[in-house]
Amino acid sequence: MIRQLLSGDYPRSRALTVVLLLILAGLALAPFVFPGTRSLDVAAKVCVFILLVASYDLLLGYTGIVSFAHTMFFGIGAYGIAIAASRLGPTWGSLALGSLAALVCSALLSLLIGILSLRVKTIFFAMITLAVATFFAILASQLSGFTGGEDGLTYKLPELLLPGTKLFETPLFGVEINGKIVSYYVVFFGAAMLFLALLRVVNSPFGRVLQAIRENDFRAEAIGYRSVIYRSVANCVAALAASAAGILYALWLRYAGPDTTLSFDIMVDILLIVVIGGMGTMYGAVVGATLFVIAQNYLQDLMKLASDAAVGIPLLPNLVHPDRWLLWLGILFILSVYRFPAGIVGKLRAGK
Amino acid sequence: MSNLLALAGVNTHIGHYHILQGVDFVVPHGGLTVLLGRNGAGKTTCLRTIMGLWKASAGRIDFDGADISSRSTPAVAQLGIGYVPESMGIFAGLTVRENLTLAAREGPIDTRRLDWMFGFLPALKKFWHLPAGHLSGGQKQMLAIARAIIEPRKLLLVDEPTKGLAPSIIAHMVEAFRELKRTDTTILLVEQNFDFARALGDTVAVMDSGRIVHSGSMRELADDEAQQQKLLGLSLDAHQ
Amino acid sequence: MSQTKDALRVPGPDKIPLALIPVIALAALPLIPSLPTWVTLTVAGLAMGMMIFIMASGLTLVFGLMDVMNFAHGAFITIGAFVATSVLLPLAGWTQTDSLWMNLAALLPAILAAMAVTGALGLAFERVIIKPVYGQHLKQILITMGGLIVAEQSIHVIWGPDIIALSKPATLRGSFIFGDIAIEKYRVLAVIVGLAVFAAMFLVLNRTRVGLLIRAGVEDSEMVESLGYRIRRVFIGVFTAGSALAGLGGVMWALYQETVNSAMGMQVMILIFIVIIIGGLGSVGGCFIGALLVGLVANYVGFLAPKIALGSNILLMVLILLWRPQGLYPVAKR
Repeated sequence: MIRQLLSGDYPRSRALTVVLLLILAGLALAPFVFPGTRSLDVAAKVCVFILLVASYDLLLGYTGIVSFAHTMFFGIGAYGIAIAASRLGPTWGSLALGSLAALVCSALLSLLIGILSLRVKTIFFAMITLAVATFFAILASQLSGFTGGEDGLTYKLPELLLPGTKLFETPLFGVEINGKIVSYYVVFFGAAMLFLALLRVVNSPFGRVLQAIRENDFRAEAIGYRSVIYRSVANCVAALAASAAGILYALWLRYAGPDTTLSFDIMVDILLIVVIGGMGTMYGAVVGATLFVIAQNYLQDLMKLASDAAVGIPLLPNLVHPDRWLLWLGILFILSVYRFPAGIVGKLRAGK
Repeated sequence: MSNLLALAGVNTHIGHYHILQGVDFVVPHGGLTVLLGRNGAGKTTCLRTIMGLWKASAGRIDFDGADISSRSTPAVAQLGIGYVPESMGIFAGLTVRENLTLAAREGPIDTRRLDWMFGFLPALKKFWHLPAGHLSGGQKQMLAIARAIIEPRKLLLVDEPTKGLAPSIIAHMVEAFRELKRTDTTILLVEQNFDFARALGDTVAVMDSGRIVHSGSMRELADDEAQQQKLLGLSLDAHQ
Repeated sequence: MSQTKDALRVPGPDKIPLALIPVIALAALPLIPSLPTWVTLTVAGLAMGMMIFIMASGLTLVFGLMDVMNFAHGAFITIGAFVATSVLLPLAGWTQTDSLWMNLAALLPAILAAMAVTGALGLAFERVIIKPVYGQHLKQILITMGGLIVAEQSIHVIWGPDIIALSKPATLRGSFIFGDIAIEKYRVLAVIVGLAVFAAMFLVLNRTRVGLLIRAGVEDSEMVESLGYRIRRVFIGVFTAGSALAGLGGVMWALYQETVNSAMGMQVMILIFIVIIIGGLGSVGGCFIGALLVGLVANYVGFLAPKIALGSNILLMVLILLWRPQGLYPVAKR
């Protein structure tokens, strides 16, 4: 059973297993263990980012291509839900239609980008995706009649998913079961299922070909066009998974805007998480996203304390200013690329 | 013992592949040594390893009395080794003149030497200001050779100069190499074309599967058809 | 032999891409309501193009020589702008008087300081960050992205997160007036500086030995090494010079916009990437023409349909890649 769920790709380290189980338990029981709006928000964001980063790992870690358009697909998913829900009303049908439209759009766009630019160098692909993603973000903020522009879109969802909806008269384990908790479990199970699906993809024969291509460009060039097809398909699968993450995120936030999905800052976050968590491991996405999102929400409080304490000393308050945590992550990122490309997961596995 | 170049137990790995598996041969001072062998035997890798373009993982490469196996490519070239790669390595966007100016490391091109080279590589004079990318295959090969000898070099490494050339041009190439042999430059030539090799070679080494399987004088090999069949039969059938 | 005949007809440089610039400028003429507006937009486009060229030229050469695409290049642009600001703000008295000489006395040290700092940073960046990952494309992209993050954050630490206003020196404000036509002085200056940089680069590349080495290295760096040259030294020099040019471009861009902020480099980087792709990775000439095209199109479209200004450049890129998949001037690679 477990073997099938994990597609035979075990954590292969006692420490990693423990960490993963803790994360799984924490996320599965989040509404009961960490009640409160903010902590549930954090938990939902962790779920979404695990899926988002895992799908990026398929590209970067397993296929060896760098795309800067991942947030574009993330955004397409979110805006699919947002536009459908705000135009067609808060029905399940409109959500389904919005999701479907977003997925089709992502698939076509990713295939197009792939076919146009995956034949050439990694660098070229990275540059093209950066240009396209920037263009898309600007487009989204310009077409304000359709997307809400910089303000984004706020919308209603079907009643079952609204916080005001009570499912049971009496609280369960002291927690009131409302629509917000239902949404959380939609996000949790959606992300979990898709993560396992991605795990299956990378462990399938298809995934092994991808890794062979990544490992050995020398020989992969000999099979020529086939490697382009494999990489294009991987690009497409990753884009679909990113859109699915966007859909889940839009369901959770009941809001979609440039800053929550399309911004380059999120792209940078994804890169940081996948590299620090561990490229080409899938579990790196789980560990990395969890640590990152928690740090993003709570570490900054800590840094604020330190920064306030350091007032008066030149530069130091700026260095530990809560907004500067990216500086330290950036340094960690560079060290990771040099020293431990398999990231935290690699470290844990090496330690057994 | 007047060997200009001596390889002993040279191993080269490229990625996961173990290409040279203990290569031993010598190139005597003066004259022309031919390195024969079928495709994939490791001849090109051998030249690239001498140039330091691949690093030998084991073994010694002695040139002019010093081990050069761990030196960088520019350092190897500065010892007086000229290299004509299989791809010719012509700078297509540079004119013939610019290609040669760049190759003359010590300063302005020596006009007397240039005139001498124009004598047996006439195309260079004709296309002096043409971007090298517009030359024909044979002319590019001439330019690649000229570039390697624009200044006196002790050793010249040439990788398959006849590849893809028409027979008439190959005949011309033989003349050009004969002219070169009159100087005191030592030449190591990688070839698959046995006729070409026989016309020019003084000594010969034959490679197969990353090892030297035969070495000796060219004349002996040229006279011993059985030996040729044994060493090269396959390769000649496969490539002509 | 027909082959010989073909070779004898010395082909001139490919001029079609060059012709694109007047073609696009003339095509825009009937769309724009008045001639003075067209002149203003054209000059603005050329000025913008020149500034982008200054920032992009080093990057494309670095790529051509060593296959390194430095995603942190934008940070050098920003840092150049901030360094110049740090010099110019205390000298506000000199920049705001109406004397050209006083203005230049403030501007020149600012530019030199910016170029010196970004050049030195470029050198350090190459040695420390990029050197260990040569030849590994994936790691290169990641590592330069990491460098970008750290550099941007360091800018926040040193200069704070706020946007800084930076006004042009007094004598560079205003316009030259010819009848109905007004041409901003600063834009003229940008065009002059851009042309000067292009000319200097052209001369170095075509008339000097180092230039010969760079051009040969862009085509086949392995062969240059086989001829006995340490191409790495050339490369370090080009990387440093390219970073210094990014600093120069950053100063010019900041004075053009009259503000400095930590995100400015990254915003321009998108245009720079488009320019480099359009021009052909590694080609300085292509980069020059690509930059002018992007500048012109951005200004014409920005006037005619402001909403799709950046989109127009992406469209331009796609059209050019459909016509020439390797860019305007593909660099011959081994």
